[in-house]
Amino acid sequence: MGKLDINVGKLKKNAFRYSKVRGETASRIRIPGGVIDSKSMGRVVEIAEKYGTGVINITNRQGIEIPGIKLTDMEKVNAEVQLIIDSLRINQPEKGKGYPSSGTRNVIACPGARLCPFGCYDTTAFAQKMENNIFPNDRHVKIAFTGCSNDCAKVRMADFGIIGMTEPQYNKDRCVACKACINFCKRRSVGALELVNGKVVRDTDKCIGCGVCVAYCPTRAWTRSREHYFRLVIMGRTGKKNPRLAEDFIKWADEESILKMVKNTYAYIEEYIDPNAVEHKEHIGYIVDRTGFEEFKKWLFEGVNLGPKAEVNQRVYWGGRHYDKYGG
Amino acid sequence: MGYVLSREAFAAVIADLSKNYRIFAPVRKEGAGRFTDVDAVIYDYVCDSEKIELEAKSDYASKEFLTPLSETLLYFTENEVKESDLDTRPVLVFGRSCDINSLKRLDQIYLDNGLAKDPFYKRRRDLVKYVLIGCGHSYDNCFCVSMESNKCDDGYVFSIDLVEDNIQSNVPDKDFDKYFAQHCNDKKDVAPRYVKENEVKVAVPDSVPLSVITDALWDEYTTRCINCGRCNYVCPTCTCYTMQDVFYSDNGKVGERRRVGASCMVDGYTDVAGGGQYRRKNGERMRFKVLHKISDFKKRFGYHMCVGCGRCDDICPEYISFSNIIGKVYQASKEVK
Ligand code: SF4
Ligand code: SF4
Ligand code: SF4
Ligand code: SF4
Ligand code: SF4
Repeated sequence: MGKLDINVGKLKKNAFRYSKVRGETASRIRIPGGVIDSKSMGRVVEIAEKYGTGVINITNRQGIEIPGIKLTDMEKVNAEVQLIIDSLRINQPEKGKGYPSSGTRNVIACPGARLCPFGCYDTTAFAQKMENNIFPNDRHVKIAFTGCSNDCAKVRMADFGIIGMTEPQYNKDRCVACKACINFCKRRSVGALELVNGKVVRDTDKCIGCGVCVAYCPTRAWTRSREHYFRLVIMGRTGKKNPRLAEDFIKWADEESILKMVKNTYAYIEEYIDPNAVEHKEHIGYIVDRTGFEEFKKWLFEGVNLGPKAEVNQRVYWGGRHYDKYGG
Repeated sequence: MGYVLSREAFAAVIADLSKNYRIFAPVRKEGAGRFTDVDAVIYDYVCDSEKIELEAKSDYASKEFLTPLSETLLYFTENEVKESDLDTRPVLVFGRSCDINSLKRLDQIYLDNGLAKDPFYKRRRDLVKYVLIGCGHSYDNCFCVSMESNKCDDGYVFSIDLVEDNIQSNVPDKDFDKYFAQHCNDKKDVAPRYVKENEVKVAVPDSVPLSVITDALWDEYTTRCINCGRCNYVCPTCTCYTMQDVFYSDNGKVGERRRVGASCMVDGYTDVAGGGQYRRKNGERMRFKVLHKISDFKKRFGYHMCVGCGRCDDICPEYISFSNIIGKVYQASKEVK
């Protein structure tokens, strides 16, 4: 193998894995929104066959890892990965050098409104927009998008989880009181509807904006709101100290505000991250635990104008297990 | 006599017409479909020709003017009753050949089925004239040729066909000629386009033997059909309704009577006093619907109820094809003979 002199920090930042197999690495392909064109996929296959072992790992966060690559081949792999980076429009300060950072993780999305009958918005497009908004960045941030309250993308395990919502619009003149919406809201969702004097009444506090009523209404008495809304849930995480689910923060949020708030979070992290954090990596949630939620909110809302419908949960409390405090 | 108009001239005709008529036409409603960012073509009142959807077949039928999905018929208080008001301006309904052919079926049920004419239907019917939207091609699931409703020789005041960005109008009704003459001097003999062949063809049995009622062909629909009723609500020839007598909650002595669309596929349609229900299984409901459309109605009135518009197939979330079922009934009927 000869003498290897590798800067491991740089390697990781360049989206290569530090492998347990000495002399080897894995190339990590970023796929914002989990959608990749078939040509790029073909290139992944080529790289795996040419530099790897013909094996491709699909990661938990909708990325790809090509294992078994020799550390000495990293530059060549970076040259080949370039076409994939171009095709997926990943921000990059310098071409041919591979991914500029890996801290901010691949942005996840469920299939959403492009495929799924329940998807309340184009999750892929929003995920790509978010990627473009925040990448490259070394800070360890996890963002996930899901089309509706089913949360197939498991966004409650991310720092920022974006759940699609629609505000059902009722046209009483098209309603024939068939009760499909009422029954399905009860069976598939939260039971926010009832029939009063032959027409449907929606409990707006209870309604989670899942759109099930719209999907089941046979007459188009229920339709979707023109605006796409989002429930923003925050600071979920896995890990050793205190894994926990993300909690509800804003209901009926808008796209622009979400982009801005996530962007603002990076400034907050720069200000408050533990300078001695291992590998300069600290889940935002732990920083928030330290600074207090009020301080986080101050930074988050900088320059943000939430729409008139937005309902903000001013105090968020998280649960989960505290192995760090009470042991396993 | 007819005209060939530019789109601008057509817009002027519609603008003039809308001074004297309310125009009820298919409109593409952005995002109004079941799914996110999917449109639905639904009837609505328009003043602007650009709003009229001339390309796509409407998802919901033109019958919504004559038989609204929900209509308050009268108000009551203690000993008094008042009929609801109705805008009495005349109405032009835009529809395709299947829609205009469906009118005969609606009239049959509401005006010529027993002794009484339905007054609430009649007061709307008296306001309506039809405009024919020609069909330059057949659409998904249409089988109008098989049901002989692909064409209408009369029953419309003028027709419109969008041909290479021009509007061709045949104007059989003299009263409407002036609207066209004002904005167009390109007089031509034009005939509304109609479809001569559909991809979907059905053979309807002349008579359906009783044994078909118990045939196993209906069984699969007990599990496949989700009894949502979409196939009825979009159907231009479905006429069933149910009543709602509603008492305003803060008074209790005042209220209104509504009539709302009913579906023979949806729970509750055959409920009777004492908790009975005649057709519980969706397969049985399907049998009732299909035989009504292609057999029972004909036994009574001499022609088929179904006009073959295929809207029931277009909308069914479970991919159940009505025309396919007709084929199965045909086969089952033949086997008996
Ligand atoms: S979360 Fe909703 S939109 Fe996304 S895949 Fe699941 S059901 Fe579909
Ligand atoms: S959007 Fe969902 S929760 Fe709200 S009323 Fe409709 S089905 Fe129920
Ligand atoms: S599903 Fe539609 S038509 Fe049926 S009760 Fe609900 S709103 Fe009315
Ligand atoms: S049964 Fe189906 S095809 Fe026949 S008229 Fe009704 S919607 Fe059209
Ligand atoms: S639309 Fe389809 S699923 Fe719904 S009632 Fe009709 S046949 Fe059944």
